Amino acid sequence: MENLADLWLTYQTAVAFIGVNALLALSVYATLCCGQLSLANAGFMAIGGYAGALLTLHTQLPFALVLAAAAALPALVAVPLGLPVLRLRGVFLAIATIGWGEVVRLALVNWDYTNGALGLVAIPQRAGPGIIFLCLALALFVFWRLRGGRTGYALEAIREDEPAARTLGIDTTAHKLAMFVLGAALAGLAGGLEAHLTFMVAPSGYGFARVVDMLVQAVVGGVAHFGGPVLGAAFLTLLPEGLREVSHLTGMEPGPLRLLANGLVLLAVILFLPNGLVSLPGRLRAWRDERRAARALVD
Amino acid sequence: MLLSIEGVSRAFGGVRAVEDVTFAVGAGEVHGLIGPNGAGKTTLLNLVSGLLRPTAGRILVGGARADGLASHRVAALGVTRTFQNIRLFPHLSALENVLVGEHLRRDAPLWRRMLCLPAAAREERGARERALALLAQVRLEDRAQEQAGNLSYGEQRRVEIARALGAEPRVLLLDEPTAGMNPAEVDSVASLIRAVARLGHSVLLVEHNVPLVMKVCDRITVLNFGRVIAGGAPGDVARDQAVVDAYLGTRR
Repeated sequence: MENLADLWLTYQTAVAFIGVNALLALSVYATLCCGQLSLANAGFMAIGGYAGALLTLHTQLPFALVLAAAAALPALVAVPLGLPVLRLRGVFLAIATIGWGEVVRLALVNWDYTNGALGLVAIPQRAGPGIIFLCLALALFVFWRLRGGRTGYALEAIREDEPAARTLGIDTTAHKLAMFVLGAALAGLAGGLEAHLTFMVAPSGYGFARVVDMLVQAVVGGVAHFGGPVLGAAFLTLLPEGLREVSHLTGMEPGPLRLLANGLVLLAVILFLPNGLVSLPGRLRAWRDERRAARALVD
Repeated sequence: MLLSIEGVSRAFGGVRAVEDVTFAVGAGEVHGLIGPNGAGKTTLLNLVSGLLRPTAGRILVGGARADGLASHRVAALGVTRTFQNIRLFPHLSALENVLVGEHLRRDAPLWRRMLCLPAAAREERGARERALALLAQVRLEDRAQEQAGNLSYGEQRRVEIARALGAEPRVLLLDEPTAGMNPAEVDSVASLIRAVARLGHSVLLVEHNVPLVMKVCDRITVLNFGRVIAGGAPGDVARDQAVVDAYLGTRR
């Protein structure tokens, strides 16, 4: 019993980070599932994180309201941003949204009220695995209910062939904007949670590398199903824990080793499992059936 | 008239793909649109379905202006279509394609589904049953779960027709629905078109299979180089000298 409690104490931060990263990967999945590669979510996460931190530091608002604000503010910002940029397609949308992320980061670096590049520190720790996984469960519930309904099919149709979807009466702009806003809200929520988990927010935490992390986690997990981003986030968050042993043995620095391992995992998934880790059981089953069929043919 | 095309023109730079085209399609009418390759038939369908805007003229659906509207608004007026180069959603099943087609007809609000209310489940069952019925109408009920991308060419065309019918359109635009089909499949599409018209829908049919057009159409409009060169009942059009010249060329 005591061992279990020790284990929990050691790993509860890692577990909490799995939840935060899963929310972030889901926020990228929100736009990816209707075919839009948007990389604006580090910017939205920054808005959520700073809004949450400022509210907790300067007001007596209960944590639930702080989190609601951390999700609502980036969602509001996403509407006027999304209307023009969602007219862009493919890589152009990605570039424009990367630009947005940099604008937010640089604005924060130069904003004296939030201590510029140093950021805000000594934020009371309010978030733990409990509240984080409650938020994650809520997000998963929304995606679960979307799937297979009228709206869910409309989103899949937009991903497959946008002009064809429009000739069937689907307002593609409204659907894409709604998912962009949902992604912004999830990223903001994750930002608010993370700020109250790590005691601090700083512009350097919301750079381009952060949104690439989210995207890699979503892709490694698989974007054909909303379970994929969660799986990918869990896998890539736990990977450094396993790598610690490797770095002990080989004497390599843990930082570069983590980047190397992330790159290798991403490469392996894209080459061998294009639909992500979430498709692994199905692939194994298909492979086994094939072998069985081949053996039956030989016999 | 359910669909009126009044003096519609469309130019691409200096090319006048469609010029001053006027005709109308009544409720329950199957209207054929024929002409040699490059006559502007597909451009005209793109204009009617809102994928292109006319440079001049008006398009009316049930009396409402449809030209200049975004294509999802044209669809909401009751116009859906199939494409000459099939544009199904390849990774969705045949059934799911038809379910997407039902988007406009379904009115289930999202919050009801989010709250897992039984009304939402009922609405979904209804939509699924209607989609299966539509697939049965194109004789594909046993292929419902197959990924659309894996279906044969003729099957894909029929799924696309079922998908377009999912919205219960007032006007159905078919762009060469029988291209690449075997004679048995062509016959089944012919009877399907007649059945659709009997339900009161109008059909605007672009087709190169002239015997089929003669058989199923109530009236025909013939285009050549973007202009209407003849129009009327199938028998009259077939005897029209301008049509014969356009298809066979003139004696020098």
